[in-house]
Amino acid sequence: MSQQLIDLDPIGIGESEIMEVSMGPHHPSTHGVFRMDVRLEGEKVVRLKPVFGYLHRNHEKIAEHGAYLSAIPYTDRLDYLCSMANNWGYCLAVEKLAGIAVPERAEYIRVIVAELTRFQNHAGLVGFLLQDMGASGTPLMYAFREREKILDLFESLSGARMMCNYLRFGGLRVDCTRAWLDKTRQLVGRLPRFVDEFEALLRANEILMARTQGTGVLPRDLAINAGVTGPMLRACGVNYDIRKVDHYGIYNRFEFRVPLGDHGDVYDRYMMRVLEMRETVKILEQALRSIPEGPIMDPKVRLRGLRPKAGEAYGRIESPKGELGFFLISDGSTNPYRYRVRPPSMINLTILEDMCLGQNIADVVITLGSVDIVLGEVDR
Amino acid sequence: MSALPPVEDIKAKIEAGVPGASVSVISNGSPSAQHSLLLDHAHAGAVAVFLRDHSDLRLDFCSLVTGVDWLDTETTEKVKVKKLIDAPDGAQQETEVEETRKTKRPGYLEAVYHLFSMEKKHGPVILRLRTPNRTNATHLPSLTPVWRSCEFQEREAFDLYGIVFDGHPDLRRILMWEGFVDFPMRKDYVPPDDDALTTGPAEGVHA
Repeated sequence: MSQQLIDLDPIGIGESEIMEVSMGPHHPSTHGVFRMDVRLEGEKVVRLKPVFGYLHRNHEKIAEHGAYLSAIPYTDRLDYLCSMANNWGYCLAVEKLAGIAVPERAEYIRVIVAELTRFQNHAGLVGFLLQDMGASGTPLMYAFREREKILDLFESLSGARMMCNYLRFGGLRVDCTRAWLDKTRQLVGRLPRFVDEFEALLRANEILMARTQGTGVLPRDLAINAGVTGPMLRACGVNYDIRKVDHYGIYNRFEFRVPLGDHGDVYDRYMMRVLEMRETVKILEQALRSIPEGPIMDPKVRLRGLRPKAGEAYGRIESPKGELGFFLISDGSTNPYRYRVRPPSMINLTILEDMCLGQNIADVVITLGSVDIVLGEVDR
Repeated sequence: MSALPPVEDIKAKIEAGVPGASVSVISNGSPSAQHSLLLDHAHAGAVAVFLRDHSDLRLDFCSLVTGVDWLDTETTEKVKVKKLIDAPDGAQQETEVEETRKTKRPGYLEAVYHLFSMEKKHGPVILRLRTPNRTNATHLPSLTPVWRSCEFQEREAFDLYGIVFDGHPDLRRILMWEGFVDFPMRKDYVPPDDDALTTGPAEGVHA
């Protein structure tokens, strides 16, 4: 501490020095090119401003320049871990805008791929969160072993592991085979054992509890007011799952519960993911049991020359990260006049500072890890 | 899920609850039938608080803030008009003449807010705010004091569209860098030509 500083400050506000730290953009804990301007008093955070835009390519403008169909592969690259969910969000908005119905079988396959996506996202997130906590390697590799099998399924279905480009407004690009469904059933049969194993590895771990319980607490009212959605919101005890609220697709046919936390800390957010993985398995089992035969695409839909009537529509889904919405304005031409993404991980970052104030700098890392951000979506 | 009253009823509720507020319904021609409400600037904040705290509506969750750019439009139409024309014999005669009429609509920037209720589980109620024009009057009242979720999204609309939100606590560029001058999401934005050749004496080359 410099003696001079104290002399200049007779009432003693500056007893300790404020240090400014720029965490990122290339820091392993920021999960991509993301920066936090942190002001520290000792090890305590007194100010934190997230800085992003490093991956900004003006996704919305690109989509406004192309036809409705040509935006679908770009949506894969928003949240590049959950391309199937992004496809669905966009297709739902176009279907609302143009009044397109989706065949029964396509709805079932949509649910199956979206829930598989949710499973691999949550498994991956838990792995990364523990990696941030110092559990180097093992949990992440456990998660990735399972994720790999799901990506294999996506590859045999759509031709791509991550950039699937699989859904179309009015249905799907290709049908799945019976063999694919059998392979999926086999995998889904094994998933509960994986979740048990994963939980046993971590749940009673003393270090994990000490690090996460009471860390990064988000009050319930602030979470609602700040538009936080997804597992982060439900960890605060707010029962809001768009699958249950909107019943988009055919989610009203499945029985599943919405896990809720009550402390809103990092531990609850972590547990939300584990519990949601179990519910996801339940939905998958039901969908795989009752999937009907039939067409996967409405033959009347003009994929290439779609010209919706002038108007607007907002479609939203419960993506693994939260509420993923697409807002489209049509002026009657072949490309959208306005195309807007509601990026859940960017809006969930609004309260990052509120969660981190007064905490140690080491806890900022796991608080950010529990938000679950993907920079492809934050920056667009 | 409780049903949301039709948009005309919400308009009536606002007009009864916030004296002086002028609200107009903007209908939406698409099958989604999501109609919206256009608010005036002076009462936008009061209307937002009213919608958030109203016991039946409880729109506690502002999901989405969108900037939209509407260019100046000029529509030309040919109209047949009857006119009195002097005939060669001196008498006046009524004949039909074709005229082209131009109607100009000035452009504006727009902010669209999609509101939902987490308590009542209904929505969306869509609010719109419009600037007087696109060039020198681009101010709108900020709704961040009412819903915190607008904070980053209003910054984004400021960054990419140039809408200035009065009352926003921290209005800075968010995706583009500090010092960038233009607004890239505007419809008339021309990206700089980074590949343009520049000619002139090269530095450090000695002939």
